[in-house]
Amino acid sequence: MSTMRIARVVAAKDLRIEWNSRVFVNQVLPFAGVTMVIFAFALDADSVLQRVAPGLVWLATMFSMLVLVQRAFAVETADGALDALRVAGVDPRAIYLGKAAALGVQLLVLEVVLLAAAVVLYGQTIPADGWVLLVTTLTSATCGLAAVGTLYGGLAAGFTGRETLLPLLTFPAVAPVLIGATRAVEAALGTAGAVVSDGWPWVGLLAVFAVAFGVGGALAFGPLIDE
Amino acid sequence: MTTTDPTLSPTGSDGARPATGAGTGTRGTRIIGIATIVAMGWLVAFGLGFSPEDRDQRESVRLLYVHVPTIWIAYLAFIVTAIASGMYFFGKKHSLGWDRLAGASAEIGTAFVAVTLVIGAMWGRLTWGVFWQWDARLTTTALLFVTYIGYLAVRRLDGTHEQRARRSAVIGMLAVLEIPLVHWSVRLWRSLHQEATVLGTDGDVSMDGLMLFSLFVGVVAFSLLYLWLVLHRTRVMAMEDLLDDRGLDDALAARRAEAGPVDAGPVDAGPVDSGPVDGNRMQEGAL
Amino acid sequence: MSVVDLDDAVAVLGRFPALAGATLRVEEGEIVLLRGPNGAGKTTLLRLCAGLLPLVRGTGTVLGLDLATHRESIRRTVGFLGHQNGLYLDLTVAENVRFWGSTVGASDAEMHAAMSRLDVAGRVADVAVSKLSAGQKRRAALACLIARRAQLWLLDEPHAGLDASARDELDDTLRQAAASGATMLVASHELDRAGSLATRTVDVVAGRVLEVPGAPGSGNQAGTGAEEGR
Repeated sequence: MSTMRIARVVAAKDLRIEWNSRVFVNQVLPFAGVTMVIFAFALDADSVLQRVAPGLVWLATMFSMLVLVQRAFAVETADGALDALRVAGVDPRAIYLGKAAALGVQLLVLEVVLLAAAVVLYGQTIPADGWVLLVTTLTSATCGLAAVGTLYGGLAAGFTGRETLLPLLTFPAVAPVLIGATRAVEAALGTAGAVVSDGWPWVGLLAVFAVAFGVGGALAFGPLIDE
Repeated sequence: MTTTDPTLSPTGSDGARPATGAGTGTRGTRIIGIATIVAMGWLVAFGLGFSPEDRDQRESVRLLYVHVPTIWIAYLAFIVTAIASGMYFFGKKHSLGWDRLAGASAEIGTAFVAVTLVIGAMWGRLTWGVFWQWDARLTTTALLFVTYIGYLAVRRLDGTHEQRARRSAVIGMLAVLEIPLVHWSVRLWRSLHQEATVLGTDGDVSMDGLMLFSLFVGVVAFSLLYLWLVLHRTRVMAMEDLLDDRGLDDALAARRAEAGPVDAGPVDAGPVDSGPVDGNRMQEGAL
Repeated sequence: MSVVDLDDAVAVLGRFPALAGATLRVEEGEIVLLRGPNGAGKTTLLRLCAGLLPLVRGTGTVLGLDLATHRESIRRTVGFLGHQNGLYLDLTVAENVRFWGSTVGASDAEMHAAMSRLDVAGRVADVAVSKLSAGQKRRAALACLIARRAQLWLLDEPHAGLDASARDELDDTLRQAAASGATMLVASHELDRAGSLATRTVDVVAGRVLEVPGAPGSGNQAGTGAEEGR
């Protein structure tokens, strides 16, 4: 059984769990939506909202990601399944890649929904020449977020205080993604006079980040979840 | 195979031999300590006294003689943490001494970053009128600080020494991955901070000679302080680990005693001194 | 080659030496009953043999592999069923078995056979695990174990939480597995049931292991390691 096959099996299992339980659709998406709404309450002026909309989208993503990651590992620890995976000697890299892939899929859906919410709630428009940049940004940012989230989620799983340890470890680590993704989306949407060509250097950074943490995470996951 | 840490002994993980009952000081640390005090004295003298005020910043430039060395030494400390983490993780013996060095260095590095941020805020208030600005350097420093707070939090998670060491080593090495990425992204994002006035890219050193010397004294003084702190801290950690191990011996003895008068024959239940542990063997007869 | 060979093994939970120097040798085909009060270290002993816990002091091998250095490899050959079932609560029985079987490349036929043996191949197969009774969950977990082709079974109080008929079914399954050559370590308070199953009994007391000649199930089966403290 190659690592990739097992990773696919793990990813499929995670997505199937989500399909059966619908926590993402019933809880996480509404949570993200509500976050977008209360941002408007806090930030009062329409002009302000329009200016910071890309940032708010990624902020809402970050907060929702915490919930997603906790959930991803709660299903593992509920009945000792992660232990069982370790006993089974399943390659930790496969577990990592599989769970990261499933997390990535959910994040991607989340981001698309949040962008749509931004279009509706914050008066954003997506110019024709911004689509390619937008899609590339979403993909590369998501890979980076999924890589970091799965890694630290695995570390924190099962410890008391995991709910606070997870953001403490994750947020500084994904700061580059927050910076880069927001700037790139601003460029794609033409926010505050940015042009599409401004965004590509950021995509480069996001891609490097994703690769660095993808590889680093796959290597680090095994030692981190072990007892 | 026993996993009692062979680096734990009254000689300490760095080989020096503290006098029994006298804490973690040795002749080496005493010398370094004195050198530190002398260097700090020089720093005060030059920083506050002999060096001139800056043309633009006037007296507040004196804060830089502390602010700049502390951040440099902090980076040095984190590099040491990363290297020590790697030595622990990839070394064949997985010697816990490396883990203790990594932890001690990170603790001191984090404290130094905190000092940098506080002094920097004071300097900023005097020079720019604000305590904080979201420019490249400040932002990366703040993120650096939080990153290592996270590292220290991971060190405090439950587990055996080996588990702690393994987790911390991985996180310590991941930090080496995170920091450059953070730097790159933040730098790309901002650049308002006073560009490196000491090592200016145009080649000429834009600080007055005496000011430069004061800065140099600051670097020396804080390096010595770092060294002194790291040596003591690693030794204290070694003693804490030793205490834990002895606690384990006591706990083992207590645990075995739970069995009560079940065992016939000699029972070796005393605490074992540090060093290779061999069987506390019990002759167990039939019930 | 013994299946399990521990010599003065120490394992800790946090700072507590749950296993305080256990010596045990188990030969192939044996079914060893671990008796002892709660807190004695039975679970820790099983988790240690499963390669889940690090060996802090002492030596040990499982299926010839060193516990200090080859925990990963040990894990692949061992089937551990603890207090928790290791199942995904939101998946059905069939989905769980399929997942676990896929991790070792088991065929559909094998997986179906595993489920049939545990009598979870019928309508139960498509029920989410969270909705099953304790006995059904336990059987589902054992089906996953079989699908994974484990060579050493480590069962931590497998009868716990089961009603009488479920316990009977479990015993049958274990007997069948034993008959087909599996080696088992079973920690249990069900001294009669497990006793009739077991070829040998040991007491786990305060983190150490004591042989119990003359106790139910113990016999002169593979008379090895009858005295500890070699």
